[in-house]
Amino acid sequence: MQPSSQSPPQSPKNSLVSWWHTLFGHPVRAFGVVSLLLLIFLAIAPAKNHFSEWRHYQKQYLSLIGARGDAVTLQRHFNGHSGIQQIWLPEFGVVDRCTTCHAGLKEASLSDVSIQPFRRHPVIPHTLDQFGCVMCHRGQGPATTVEEAHSSTLAWEQPILPARYVQSSCGQCHRAPLTGTPQLNLGRNLLARYGCVHCHTIKLPDGTAMKPTDDPPSLEHVADKTTREWIYAWLKDPQAYAVTATMPNFKLSDVDARDVSAFLIANSTPIAGDTAPASPADKDQRALDPAAGASLYGESFCASCHAVQNAAGNVVGGDIGPELTRVGNKVKPEWLRAWLRNPRVYDPGTAMPHFRFNEPQLALLTAYLGNKTDSDLLANVHLDPATPEQIAHGKHLVTEYGCAACHEVNGIKKPDNFAPELTRIGSKPLTQIIFLPGMTHAIPDYVAAKIRQPRSFGSALKMPQFTLNPAQIDALTTALLALTDRAHDLPMALTVAAKPASSYEPAGKAGQLMADLACFSCHSINGRGGDLAPDLTWEGSSVQRQWLLAFLKNPGTLRPALIRRMPKFNLSDSDAAELTDYMMTVYQTPAFERDSMPLSSYPSAQVEQGRQLFYSKYACQSCHIVDSKVDKGYVGPALTQVGSRLNAAWIYYWLKNPQAMRPVTIEPNRNMNDEDARALTAFLMTQKGSKQETGK
Amino acid sequence: MSLKNQWPTLIVVSFTLVAAGCSRTATPAFAPKPTGFGAALVESSGGKQSGATGMVLAQPVVVQVNDEQGRAVTGALVDFGGPAGVSFDPPSGLADSSGQLSTNVALGGMAGRYQLTARTLSKAQKPVELKIEEIALGYQQELGFQLDNKYCARCHNPESTPERVSNYDNLEVKPHPFTEGDTLNKMSDAELTAIISHGGPALSKSALMPPYGYTLSKTEIEALIAYIRLISDPPYHASGIVYAQK
Repeated sequence: MQPSSQSPPQSPKNSLVSWWHTLFGHPVRAFGVVSLLLLIFLAIAPAKNHFSEWRHYQKQYLSLIGARGDAVTLQRHFNGHSGIQQIWLPEFGVVDRCTTCHAGLKEASLSDVSIQPFRRHPVIPHTLDQFGCVMCHRGQGPATTVEEAHSSTLAWEQPILPARYVQSSCGQCHRAPLTGTPQLNLGRNLLARYGCVHCHTIKLPDGTAMKPTDDPPSLEHVADKTTREWIYAWLKDPQAYAVTATMPNFKLSDVDARDVSAFLIANSTPIAGDTAPASPADKDQRALDPAAGASLYGESFCASCHAVQNAAGNVVGGDIGPELTRVGNKVKPEWLRAWLRNPRVYDPGTAMPHFRFNEPQLALLTAYLGNKTDSDLLANVHLDPATPEQIAHGKHLVTEYGCAACHEVNGIKKPDNFAPELTRIGSKPLTQIIFLPGMTHAIPDYVAAKIRQPRSFGSALKMPQFTLNPAQIDALTTALLALTDRAHDLPMALTVAAKPASSYEPAGKAGQLMADLACFSCHSINGRGGDLAPDLTWEGSSVQRQWLLAFLKNPGTLRPALIRRMPKFNLSDSDAAELTDYMMTVYQTPAFERDSMPLSSYPSAQVEQGRQLFYSKYACQSCHIVDSKVDKGYVGPALTQVGSRLNAAWIYYWLKNPQAMRPVTIEPNRNMNDEDARALTAFLMTQKGSKQETGK
Repeated sequence: MSLKNQWPTLIVVSFTLVAAGCSRTATPAFAPKPTGFGAALVESSGGKQSGATGMVLAQPVVVQVNDEQGRAVTGALVDFGGPAGVSFDPPSGLADSSGQLSTNVALGGMAGRYQLTARTLSKAQKPVELKIEEIALGYQQELGFQLDNKYCARCHNPESTPERVSNYDNLEVKPHPFTEGDTLNKMSDAELTAIISHGGPALSKSALMPPYGYTLSKTEIEALIAYIRLISDPPYHASGIVYAQK
């Protein structure tokens, strides 16, 4: 360094020489100066240490706990842990020094402290010593300054994960749904349900690929089903037809939508029977009272799976099948009739059951659904006949936009890896990402923005616009952020595997019937199927044959306050018997012998004891109805006819431990002794139901 | 002037340019100009919700701007604000033709009650405020909420929904809704644990409340109590030593 004071007569060189003489002219003086310099240099390290950020926070923490009632305890906890703290977990690659500043994480008594870094960690199922901090929160564990630990720096790309996505971290190890992570569970469902994985491959750490759960319709015979005008309107805005549609908007221009619709219609091949014109007899049926159609729609429990938007704009009904608010605008009456007769002719894999409707019923339902129209939907769609050029251009667009990734299209192969693979999206290097101007340079912001508005990253991008609410966008982002390098590189022993998907298939004629009736759309058996209706894995142990047969012929509801019910399939006697016999024989629990307890003739003293227990000790009437004049319980199934519905052994073992019979049941385990369980079983078996009561 | 003397300036300028290019912060949102002014703010919907910490609440918060006569005002500028960690989408905007503005709220990372504020300006440029309260559920309370939904709400929540018809009216002895702080705040954690585990008779209450001690784990019962404590109205304050708070 040159001295700054420069007087004109002295040259810089002269000035330097005089400085040198002042400091080092004499050996003793020189020694003193050198010693002083050495001391100063030596002091730098301790000074840096003394004024470091973490020391400042530890001092603050001490003064915070000093003012509290349990200062002595807190002080004692802290004393062993002053200085830089570290959690080292070699198997996870975790070196976390976060607890150096976050000193009160484990102190239950600090739950009222709201200033950081001294908050107590909320109660979670894991401890700090097991998993450290960055496994869940990301950020840079070994850093000892606030900035380096929390933000992304030149050398560190992973900033702290915002709280709204924190459940993604659970998903790194937990592959199965957890009760405590609804957002992650929803996100994973949406990835499968919105068909993201048709285009984007997501390989799970166990080596399997994530499978879609939606079933986009095949377009091979689409001209049988609908018109070119409807396809055009649908492509332009799917949600204008059905607000719940999961089909995304490809933002096609008018010309492109015209050409795609032209190609799809021209490319469709007919199925015999779909276009059969209605017989003259049906013409009279169509004029029938619309109330009759509505009541058939109601009796068939179409609303268990299909929703309709009511006048108030609310969507009411199930979400297994498509929304039917404007179905009359979409489907051709001939096709609808053929579909209702047997949907498996058009789509062998459909979730829709094969209702055995008779001809008048088919006419009634076709007419009723055909009237569900919206005059505005197709009012402004006027398409001239398609030209070969338009059809060729349409085919080009269908290939270009990857329509065949979701839908079957004649002559176009399903493209492989149509969109970028998302297997490790949660750890994608920032250098490979082009951010939008003004956007925070972090993976969560990128992923969320991409889902929210894919085309904002470039109008030429192919990814369509999905209709998602903010919570769904966050859920999807959370599920994608769980797909990190760590999730894939963890030893299998340290992960919690998902239950493998069941490929259970019932055998024989009954198996064919169950497929035809689409039982698995609502019921689950041996781990396969839906969750709308009860699990039937052990139905054969549970119910009596007579009851099951009658129920299949004419289903009722067991629960007084349940809106969704099992449809009536109009089964023939032989089909109903076939199904009943199969279920009674095959779906039995190994836990007990079904017929080990009698269905009737229990001693009246025992029955009376059971009645007492039912109404007093166990107060079952809070949830169940035995005597419909007195009891009002609306939570569990009505028990007025339980003696002719359930087997005695099933009731007995159910009372002993309901969750052992059906793990998801909410009936509390009462830890009942054998005598009480036997008496209650005896009492319940006397509830055979009378004609009068069943009519209620 | 020689080029030499300009070096520092050049360096400073180029550094500034490079630094500006590397900026990682978003530019502040552009605030629209109000075309109307109201006299009062009222909550249309979205208050008193509970949602997981850091996550977007299920329903948007909708506020309405009214004039002195209680008629909706179009075009008034409404700003939303809240404690650290709360984010609004959008954070401000103009009231629509029915005087309403809707925003999606994500609560902060700490479980507890959050007081949000909506602000607008009156004609005289005086601020008009509306307080809205929301509850953030931590992991434990969220788990409690799920358990409540599965096991308890059918009887303890008098409100019916299309998916769940309430059993409340059918019970001879009425259960306490979990928000009923006047009663539940008087019960200790040990008492709540006892009644959940062993049923009503454990505290000489109705046998209509069954025991869940063999169905729910200790962790689950703790989670349920943490949830009940958080949503209670009036708010629950743990008894015991009150520490000096800074």
